[in-house]
Amino acid sequence: MVKKRIIPCLLLKDGRCVKGVNFMNHRDVGHPVTNAKIYDAQGADELIFLDITASRDKRSILFDIVSQTADECFMPLTVGGGIAALEDIQELLRAGADKISINTIAAEQPKFITDAAKRYGKQCIVVAIDYKQNDNGKLEVFTHSGSKATGLDPVEWAKEAERLGAGEILLTNIDQEGTRGGYDIATIRQVADALSIPVIASGGVGSLEDLAKGINEGHASAVSLGSILHFTNQSVIKARDYLHTLNVPVRINA
Amino acid sequence: MLVIIDYDMGNVRSVSKAFELLNAEVVISHRPTDILQASRIVLPGVGAFADGMKHLKERNLIEPLEQAVIKDQKPFLGICLGMQLLAQGSEEFGKHQGLGWIDAQVKPLKIADNDLKVPHVGWNEIKYNESCSLFNGLKTRSEFYFVHSYHMICQSPKDIVATTDYGIQITAAILQDNIFATQFHPEKSQTSGLRLLTNFVNWNGHG
Repeated sequence: MVKKRIIPCLLLKDGRCVKGVNFMNHRDVGHPVTNAKIYDAQGADELIFLDITASRDKRSILFDIVSQTADECFMPLTVGGGIAALEDIQELLRAGADKISINTIAAEQPKFITDAAKRYGKQCIVVAIDYKQNDNGKLEVFTHSGSKATGLDPVEWAKEAERLGAGEILLTNIDQEGTRGGYDIATIRQVADALSIPVIASGGVGSLEDLAKGINEGHASAVSLGSILHFTNQSVIKARDYLHTLNVPVRINA
Repeated sequence: MLVIIDYDMGNVRSVSKAFELLNAEVVISHRPTDILQASRIVLPGVGAFADGMKHLKERNLIEPLEQAVIKDQKPFLGICLGMQLLAQGSEEFGKHQGLGWIDAQVKPLKIADNDLKVPHVGWNEIKYNESCSLFNGLKTRSEFYFVHSYHMICQSPKDIVATTDYGIQITAAILQDNIFATQFHPEKSQTSGLRLLTNFVNWNGHG
């Protein structure tokens, strides 16, 4: 049976890995290819690169990072950030990406999800959903790295993304992101239970227990980790061993 | 010379780099002359079935591939879409005709168990035929990386050399004479994947 996946998520800015809190105050956390090689050696199940570089003229840096990583790490790579056209997907796949994460363009032009799925297969298209509590106390989807409100409800938008052809959902709670305060289990579970495509839980992991909760209580197919790997003594190996002791189905031969 | 077919369907680079690591002499090409001169051929592929066939046709690759693989019996490896294209046909976004080298159909994954998601994404254990030399040196419960929404249903069970369990038995690898193909991605399956690719590089195209 397919295993639950442990997925380090690396945010990229101007060619470096960064990590912040609630999508702000980013700190440098090293070289992307070096980090990727460490996670590969530890048997991470996949790797996510999200480029948060604002300017599009620096895009070639992302392609270099993806191709350098793919040259050395024989593991699945999901890449996203600033996808604006089908050609961007093609170029990233050629560079060595396996799945492409789309966020802003999916919310602004939902048909793009369908077009991309038809061309590259739905298994290739991950729709990333970033959401937080708005001023009315409701959960709302935000695009443009969390800066622009969309009026969309995360659960409804996830269902719509699936209907349009998404192959997977990367679900990030901005209020939790970088805080190490634990996942937003309630929303993860709502989305995972409503969808028949896999959901990757993201935002807030602070302990290995959080990973188990994301899977057992949130019903996520995969768990994304950031700060816990950058700023604590935890590792992919420890995470896998811990989940294994709880009988969560993770890889045995990694 | 190992030729990786470049038909603009995805991750040729990752496949090439994996073989380079194994010191294979690799050429990425869509030139018929390279295909005819190759010692072995790899058809990778990420994407939709219809696009894959269209790209093979547009680049006039079908004839040289059939010469090299069917007539000249060169060792062949198909990966993911590169396996599915070998079937008679597929139902991905409409009905489409495939290469027809293997008596099989590609159908959408339909899983009764609501807890099992489609696409089938992630690492899954395969059960393989131990007499097949392409699995030499692998652990009994080896895990490989899968990412697909369609699967191959073979008419003849003897063509299937590995399966994986996802509520139903999914065809994980097929073997017919010199044609070997996997639904999973060996080039993305870390040490297990590299082991399998090594076996392919050393394979003489029989069993």
